[in-house]
Order: sequence, then C-alpha cells, then structure tokens
Amino acid sequence: MEKIKIEHVSKVFGKHIPQALELVKQQKSKTDILKETGATVGVYDASFTVNEGEIFVIMGLSGSGKSTLIRLLNRLIEPTSGNIYIDGENISTMGKESLRTVRRNKMSMVFQNFGLFPHRTLLQNTEYGLEVRGVPKEERQAKAEQALENAGLLAYKDQYPNQLSGGMQQRVGLARALANDPEILLMDEAFSALDPLIRKEMQDELLDLQQTLKKTILFITHDLNEALRIGDRIAIMKDGSIIQIGTGEEILTNPANDYVKTFVEDVDRSKVLTAENVMVRPVSVNVDLDGPKVALKRMRQEAVSLLMAVDKNRHLKGYITADDALAAAKQQEQTVHSIVQSEVLTVPPDMLIQDILGMIYNSPTPIAVVKDERLLGVLIRGVVIQALSTSDEEAEVHE
Amino acid sequence: MNNFLDNIPKIPLAPWVESAMDWLTSNFSAFFNSIQQFGKLLMNQVTDLLISIPAILLIVLVVILAFFITGKKFGLAAFSLIGLLFIYNQGLWTNLMETTTLVIFSSIISIIIGIPLGILMSKSTIAESIIKPILDFMQTMPGFVYLIPAVAFFGIGIVPGVFASVIFALPPTVRMTNLGIRQVPKELVEAADSYGSTARQKLFKVEIPLAKSTIMAGINQTVMLSLSMVVIASMIGAPGLGREVLTALQRTQVGNGFVAGLGLVIFAIIIDRLTQSFNKKKTL
Ligand SMILES: Nc1ncnc2c1ncn2[C@@H]1O[C@H](COP(=O)(O)OP(=O)(O)O)[C@@H](O)[C@H]1O
Ligand SMILES: [Mg+2]
Repeated sequence: MEKIKIEHVSKVFGKHIPQALELVKQQKSKTDILKETGATVGVYDASFTVNEGEIFVIMGLSGSGKSTLIRLLNRLIEPTSGNIYIDGENISTMGKESLRTVRRNKMSMVFQNFGLFPHRTLLQNTEYGLEVRGVPKEERQAKAEQALENAGLLAYKDQYPNQLSGGMQQRVGLARALANDPEILLMDEAFSALDPLIRKEMQDELLDLQQTLKKTILFITHDLNEALRIGDRIAIMKDGSIIQIGTGEEILTNPANDYVKTFVEDVDRSKVLTAENVMVRPVSVNVDLDGPKVALKRMRQEAVSLLMAVDKNRHLKGYITADDALAAAKQQEQTVHSIVQSEVLTVPPDMLIQDILGMIYNSPTPIAVVKDERLLGVLIRGVVIQALSTSDEEAEVHE
Repeated sequence: MNNFLDNIPKIPLAPWVESAMDWLTSNFSAFFNSIQQFGKLLMNQVTDLLISIPAILLIVLVVILAFFITGKKFGLAAFSLIGLLFIYNQGLWTNLMETTTLVIFSSIISIIIGIPLGILMSKSTIAESIIKPILDFMQTMPGFVYLIPAVAFFGIGIVPGVFASVIFALPPTVRMTNLGIRQVPKELVEAADSYGSTARQKLFKVEIPLAKSTIMAGINQTVMLSLSMVVIASMIGAPGLGREVLTALQRTQVGNGFVAGLGLVIFAIIIDRLTQSFNKKKTL
C-alpha cells in the first residue's frame, strides 16, 4: 500500500527561482547556480513512494538536502514545485486548516537536537501534540504517561529535558511523537547527535518498536551504516537530487554511479579500520609546564588552531584554542590551566571507524584516542575520510 | 556656495508640527480631557491608598519581599530597610508614594502597549521595519521634548507626566519582546508547527514562555527609564521626589536637592534589584 508519494518535488531558496530551476535542468552545479542567480537549490526533482509500514531512509552528506526534503512533507518548508501525496491527498495544495489537521493526526516529527521544550516537563512535552489537538487533560496525560512508560522514562516525567542525557532526551522526543499515535514518523537525523553506543541501542529500539507498531517511517541519516541497519529501502541524495533508490543489498551490490560507489566502499572499510589505524600524532601542550606563549608558538609552528592539553604523564586534560591562548597571553597568565576546555570526545584505540564516523561529523574539535587515560593520537575528519576512500594497500601503510 | 544654500527657503517643519498638534488638541480635546480627568482621579486614589498604608507596614512588606525574592539573602532586604527609613526620616514619604504611582502607571501602560507591539514586530518583517525606526526615534529624542505634546494634550500634573514617561520608556519592552521571540530556537518553532499548533498556541505555549526572561529584561529597563523621567516630568507638574529635586534646583538649595536625589537613587536601586531578581527567580 502506497502511503506517501512524492512527484517531481523541488525546493529553491532565495530569489530568481525560475532561472535557478532552468539551470538545474542544464545540469549546472549547485555552486554555479548560487553564483549566477543567488538561489540555493535545496531539493531538485525528487520523486519516490513510500509504502505503508516501511522504513524509508534518506541518506546523503551534510547539505545534500535531506532536512529540506523531509520538511516538505509536512510543509514546514513550502515546495517550489511538484506534488506531495499522503494517502492520496495532495499536501502541497492543501489549505492551512486541513494542513494543520494532517500535522495533528497523520504525522509526527522527531528532531536531530530533540526539539524538546525546555520549559516543559517530560510529561508536558510528551502531551504537547495531544494538547494542541484539544484532547481533555486526563486523557492526554494518561496517553502521555503510557508513551513515557513504553520508553522506560515514566519515573522522570516531572523532570525537565535539560536534566537528562541525550539518549534519554531523544527517547522523550520519540515518545512525544508516538503519544500522538501518528501513521507516519518523520525522523530527521534523530540519532545523529547521540554517542555511538546509545545510538546503536536506539536503532535497535526503533526496530523493535516497528515490529509491533508498523508505522510508516521516513528516516534521515548521513551514515550509511545506520541506513543499512534500519532501512527497508534507502534513497541516496547528492546536491539536492536523489541519485539512487533501492534496498541496502541493491545499493551495496549495484551502486548507480561512482558517488554511490565511494559511499559503499566506505562501509566495508569503516567496519575494518579502527581508531588506531587512522589517528594522527597529536599536537599537544603540557599543562604542568607550558604557558600560553609556548602554546601559541607551537600552534604557529604546527599550523594548527587547537592543541590537546596533557599533563606530565601524557594524561589527557582537554584542549585549548588559539583564541583562548591569545587572550591568556594578553592577560599575562603563566599557565594554561584556566583555558583548558575539558569537554573533548575520547575513543579507545580499538574502536571501529564505523562507530566513530557519526561522532566525527558532529564534533567541532578533534576526537582524542585514549588508552588508560593516556593520549595516543587524534582523529581529524579529513584524514579519517581520506583513509576510508584510499585503496586497501594504502590503508595498510597506516598500520 | 554659501549663498546658494541660503537661498533655499526654510522648510516650515516646526509650523507643520504645530498645526498638526493644534488640530489634534482642538478636535480631540474632549477625549484628552476625559483621559486627563479619569487618569488623575485613578492615580490620586492609588497615591492616597499608598499613603494611607502605615509607612512602617509598607517598609516591612518591601523588606520581606526583598528577602524572599533574592533567595533569602539579607543584602537587598537590609538596603531597603535602611533606605526607606532614611526617606521617611527626611520627610519625603509622601513624595515617594507619588513617584511610586507615577512609575507603576507608566510601567504598566508601557507593558500593555509594548508586549503586543513586540509580538507583532516579531511576527511580521514589515511591522518590524516600520516600528524599528520609530523606536529609535523615540529613544534618541531627548525626554524633554515629550513634555510639549504632553502639556498640549493633558495640561499639567501627573497625567501628562505618565504620558511623557510612557513614550520615553516604551521602546525596551517592545524591542526585547521582539528579540526574545525571534531568538526562540528554530527547531522548537518547527516542533510546535509540526505538531499542528495554531499561531496562538505556538505563541502562548512555546514562544512567550521561552522569551520570558528576555521580555522581563526589557520590562526592567522600561521601569528604570520611566523612573528616570520622574525629574523631567516634574517640570510639567508631576508630583513626587522629582518635584523636590526641581524645587531645590530652582532655589539653589544644594542640601535639599541632594537629599531628594538620594531618595530617588535609593528607590531606583530597590526597584531595579527587585525586578531583576524576580526575573531570575522566574526563569529557574
Ligand atoms: N532556509 C534556508 N534558506 C536558504 N538555504 C537553505 C535553507 N535551508 C537549507 N538551505 C540550503 O539547502 C541545502 C540543503 O540543506 P539541508 O536540507 O539542511 O541539508 P542536509 O539536511 O542534507 O544537511 C543547503 O545548501 C542549505 O544551505
Ligand atoms: Mg539536516
């Protein structure tokens, strides 16, 4: 049964939209179009159908238009052209009132950064959808409590979101969506902000849920492994266009073009390579000895804007940034203690790159490879991705 | 060159403004009059009520409020106690109550006008582009200038004082309401929309609660600005501590001027800290 049908849907942001669409037809690149018209192509000519009870994954690198595409479905973003049908109803031409009814009853969204209301308790968050729909208080609370119970979070119902870990918050995000009992779940990188272990757990939970709930799920990710784990079918996006749709198997064995092929190759490698294989020598500063001036000098020598901070036993303390070091030097500080930022992601040397990729996409700072507290190396996005795309012989060299 | 500039006739902006004012005052005099009458009556009653409360009782209430609202700290409570006793001791209690009425009324009116205006501004880019320059204008124009239309419309006394204070003190509340609502994280606005909230539900259930501390900061500024108009408003007959300062100025009584000024400072500090702590407490 066809649940969602998208026909030739495009979204262009900015002005000069017709010209931009014309240029897309001429196969101009996104950057050229931006240069010529000032318009950004978010999604171009997307067509696909999603069946009832299916988990349909949309995958692509950051900026490929995934978030835009999923927001066209509930019209958080208005489509520039094309038609979107849900249960045969055309969403794209619907009036405000009907659109609101669809949003209230048919589909719920789960957000990358959870989208929980910080001023509402977990219970109040969970009942939000029912509340705006006008469900009486007792009934909606009972439903929300049930949803929290299913997520294993009922005990926390009177707490506020910021009192919980990321994984717990996203469970609430999911509970809020499910409390509405929608037919369709829209999940925009719902697990991307979570630690790899929690992430895997959540993926399993979602699959378990789906066994019993049989929702139609549109799931977005930038991680092919996640896509392969949970997707019944996968659509791969690049620069706003969908370039291949198929089951995981089909995509792995029969990639549509070189772009998909590189993705597919990454999968295999990322399952083999570990952090140790791809880490680079850390540029560090000794917090017990070095002051901000030394730190700045080292940054200049090594052409980096950030140093890992270790103590005399090479135990990781955090990192310092050039800006902070500069400020500290100005203040005539003698040590760098005060500017060490301790929140740095660490991984053990034997962790699979597969499990690190998600972190590395979201981490503004390098990830430290640490064993028994000692800093062994750091993972830098560019180097990791390069390692994943080089041929096998070259990868050996790193080992 | 100079000659050429001199040959351009003077644009009669001042006469234009004047005739506009004349038109307003002559055509709406009944309207302004009734506001003047009603406002005066209402404010006098509030002042009378405040004065009828025994000073010592009011002081104790303020001290207790200060104590609890600052999280059971003694600092502000002690300051309020000493400060208010000092004002009483200097024979300025009645003036303080008059000033309080003036500040209360101009703040409340500013809030009643300012918050909806700020909301409108946050929702419509067109409204924002129209209101913003007007706010800039209102804030940069010296407060004295507002006394002129105030007198033209409402004569002298407390009502024109409140009128001038409202114009002068309104902008921060409008601005900060607009800012607070625009600063609500995009994902939360999307969450509210995606669950099918109406515009009103989104505003009251999500945007205003999340903008509350910013709005409160704007209100705090508004209260402080209306307080700063107290002396200026006394020039058109608004009663209160400001009038004492003005009288002292006119008679060059340095001592009296200093004492009344000090009273204003004490009052300002208490009000500022109270509204600020109120805000902190609320956002916890
Ligand atoms: N509101 C917007 N205005 C202008 N450009 C936008 C807007 N939202 C997204 N874009 C652009 O559209 C493209 C796709 O963005 P997005 O859908 O967020 O990608 P993804 O979710 O895959 O990372 C990007 O180039 C982005 O800069
Ligand atoms: Mg995205």
